[in-house]
Amino acid sequence: MSVPLLSVKNLNVDFRTRSGTVKVLNDVSFSLAKGEILGIVGESGSGKSVLSYALMGLLDDNAAITADRVEFGGIDLAGPTSPLASIRGRELSMIFQSPRTALNPIMRVGRQIEDVLRRHGPVSRANAKAAAIAALARVRIPDPERRYAAYPFELSGGMCQRVMIAMALSCSPSLLIADEPTTGLDVTTQAVVMDLIRDLVQETRMSAILITHDLALAGEYCDRIVVMHAGHIVEVAPASELQSHFAHPYTKGLFAATPTAETELEHLASIPGSLPDLRGELPPCRFLYRCDRRQPDCQTAPIPLRPIGGDHSVRCRHPL
Amino acid sequence: MAETTSSNMQASTFWRDARHKAGENKLTLAAALILLLFVLVSLLAPWLVPYDPLAVEPAAALKAPSLAHPFGTDALGRDILSRVAIATRLDIGMAIGAVVLSFVFGTATGAIAGYFGGWTDAIIGRFMDTIMAFPLFVLAMGIVAALGNSIENIVLATAIINLPFYSRFARSEVNVRRNMTFVEAARMGGNRPFRLLAFHIVPNILPTMMVQGSLNLGWAILNAAGLSFIGLGVRAPTPEWGIMVSEGASYIFSGEWWTFVFPGAALVITVFCFNLIGDGLRDIIDPRRRT
Amino acid sequence: MKIALSFAKRIATAIPSIIGVVVVTFLLARALPGDAAAYYAGSSATPESIAQIRKALGLDKPLWFQFGDYTSRLLHGDLGISLSSGQPVFHDLVTRLPASIELTLCALMFAMLIGLPLGIAAATRPGKAIDHLCRIIVSVGAAFPTFFVALGLVYFFYFRLGIAPEPLGRLNDTYFSIPPTITGLYLVDTLLAGDIQAFWASLSQLVLPSISLGLFALAPIARIARASMLASLSSDFCRTARAMGLSRTRIVYGYGLRNAMLPVINILGMVFSFLLGANVLVEQVFAWPGIGAYAVNAVITSDYAAVQGFVLMMAILYILLNLMVDLAAAAIDPRVRYDG
Repeated sequence: MSVPLLSVKNLNVDFRTRSGTVKVLNDVSFSLAKGEILGIVGESGSGKSVLSYALMGLLDDNAAITADRVEFGGIDLAGPTSPLASIRGRELSMIFQSPRTALNPIMRVGRQIEDVLRRHGPVSRANAKAAAIAALARVRIPDPERRYAAYPFELSGGMCQRVMIAMALSCSPSLLIADEPTTGLDVTTQAVVMDLIRDLVQETRMSAILITHDLALAGEYCDRIVVMHAGHIVEVAPASELQSHFAHPYTKGLFAATPTAETELEHLASIPGSLPDLRGELPPCRFLYRCDRRQPDCQTAPIPLRPIGGDHSVRCRHPL
Repeated sequence: MAETTSSNMQASTFWRDARHKAGENKLTLAAALILLLFVLVSLLAPWLVPYDPLAVEPAAALKAPSLAHPFGTDALGRDILSRVAIATRLDIGMAIGAVVLSFVFGTATGAIAGYFGGWTDAIIGRFMDTIMAFPLFVLAMGIVAALGNSIENIVLATAIINLPFYSRFARSEVNVRRNMTFVEAARMGGNRPFRLLAFHIVPNILPTMMVQGSLNLGWAILNAAGLSFIGLGVRAPTPEWGIMVSEGASYIFSGEWWTFVFPGAALVITVFCFNLIGDGLRDIIDPRRRT
Repeated sequence: MKIALSFAKRIATAIPSIIGVVVVTFLLARALPGDAAAYYAGSSATPESIAQIRKALGLDKPLWFQFGDYTSRLLHGDLGISLSSGQPVFHDLVTRLPASIELTLCALMFAMLIGLPLGIAAATRPGKAIDHLCRIIVSVGAAFPTFFVALGLVYFFYFRLGIAPEPLGRLNDTYFSIPPTITGLYLVDTLLAGDIQAFWASLSQLVLPSISLGLFALAPIARIARASMLASLSSDFCRTARAMGLSRTRIVYGYGLRNAMLPVINILGMVFSFLLGANVLVEQVFAWPGIGAYAVNAVITSDYAAVQGFVLMMAILYILLNLMVDLAAAAIDPRVRYDG
């Protein structure tokens, strides 16, 4: 069992707002091995993006982050001496959804890639252009010399996402976090972008975290999947295991709500209720009021994330 | 642009929300109270002032502020406090007159241009663009010079230069709402275009237009005061803040600062209060537009 | 080539504006109450000379003919004769224009040099002292009438403190020599003539008028700079830049600031409208020999040819300034560059 690349234990994030403290993440623990693609799925508002922002140190000042451990490649990222600012973009990188707005609209894309290269250098001015064009070629953008001088508004959504991937991978990081990279792109482009990410990850033995609300996408591209609900990790399992032997009622609901090619409209189920208000008092299981399997003992004490065999863990007193 | 929620607000929640926001913003409330005071002064001044604003008394000329004359006296011995108070009616009146005129005609032309489009839009747009091609104060000077040197023409000139401001805003607001469902419903109900415009669309844009109006009031006063400062419109011995500052200007070199400071301060306070109220109204009605 | 075409299209859109302006000034002059010819003839005119003037100006001809006559005279630079100076209006305006331009430019520089850094600093340090200072200046600065500020500054810095020079124009010619006219801007011409003393004297005469004129323009510049900088810094692309590890300096200036400049440039149109108008007020207070003071005198003495010439010249100047603002926006924002 090799040393994991990323190890997170008991990460909590609170947002201090005018209407109270929002407990966005609670007791988040997981690990990521080298060369592994981990998927984080959940509905909007489950905290998956906040988790990635917290790992990258991109949250605002009104966020209070506490953790027992956040270790990346042996470096402690949680303490006051966290070197996050210097390793961002170099050792760990992130790409975002809506790629066209995520790029500087009035700067040529080649220049933006150069900025990243020269920041993490040492790349000279002369070599930067060649390196940027090479980066564009690596993400399979046709005619990279011409695209180097393009502005984001001249490129399609899929191309913009590839530019962002080029920027993120330009310094060969060990971890790439992809926050809903294909949301908003058409299905064909989605596949192209995801295939690209998978290929690059496998070529370089890089690890990746794929954040998505699309369970099918996660199932196809990820090795392991983390299911989040209302700031809690409710289930962790290898992708195939999750599909066939899910254990948490919420995961069951997610699969039932995800249409496949064979699903008929009448059989599409939605998960009743909605995410709880994360201000105020919260029950130990945040899925309590939406769960049809709830028991009195679900309300008594905090529920830990318990392994139930193999690589499979679930946070539930009465798993399926 | 998304549908504005103000169009769907019920009256009760509107007032509850307004009171809450007004309470939050003490400064706006203070500005409203001061302005209310000014309006009261403008209405009651002729009966409240200690001296006749036109009464000339050479012996008491250029006296510094004292208990007898809290704002001092001017070159002709007239009490400045009385003159500033009496001038309130004229200055605020000119501003409100100009803003009401440009509000009404600007909203009307803009709504028509935004709803009907085509040639109507092009012609109205060209007219407004031509006004905007001038530096506005310069155009106001030209209009007053051409039409004649009177207070009415100051109001008219200020109204004309503010027209495009309202017209363009109304046009874009009506454009956005033209195809919304509530308009469709009214159209289906058999309303002809002008009825549709007048009774359904325009009332819907009124709140946001009024915000523009209140933001514009301060500018209108500065314009009118600027024109009278250079000698247009108001003639001596009529008390008006702009002309009083102009009369007091000659005395800075001999140190009689009160001749221009008090009428100037009245202008500053009034404009400041109008601006604050405008901002406050906008925060209540259209918070997304704040800068 | 595509860029040159869209630039040419932009320049071409100024032409309808110029036509509109010429039509309006023509109509304004024809809207004069009473007999226009009497005004042009002067106060000591006899009925015969008025009739002569009427014939000479073509005021007895149909309106469209008069308009044609008016435009052809304009194209020859003939704006009529000034009643007060007896000189051609065009000549009067052109000799006085540099003084106004110098004042306006200095006011603009003051407003930008103070307003921009203030707004940007307020946006990069939200909630701190500089942010509050910015907000106070923005709301208070927008409430002060320009003529009041001008008088207040003169009273305080000249009369009370004695550190400002006497407000009697561009240069005190008893002590200093006016430089030979090359650009008409004293700050430039004195340096070109090597007269450093006159340079400092001209500069000191410019300080108070520029601040008076620039203060009202400073408020919207600072406000928009702050708002657009805040929006820019919290945008998606700045978040990406932070995620990629770019340095704070690079993010604030290269990504945040450059994008924030676009709304600032767009507001310059409104700022110029104000500056060209309020010029008139400041020139009155400081006895500045520019076209603003000329116009005020013309308006009071019913010198209509001069007023009309002034309005026309200011409008053309404004159209040209707006064109430059438009081109500057296209230079900064490639998205604007390519549409007609």
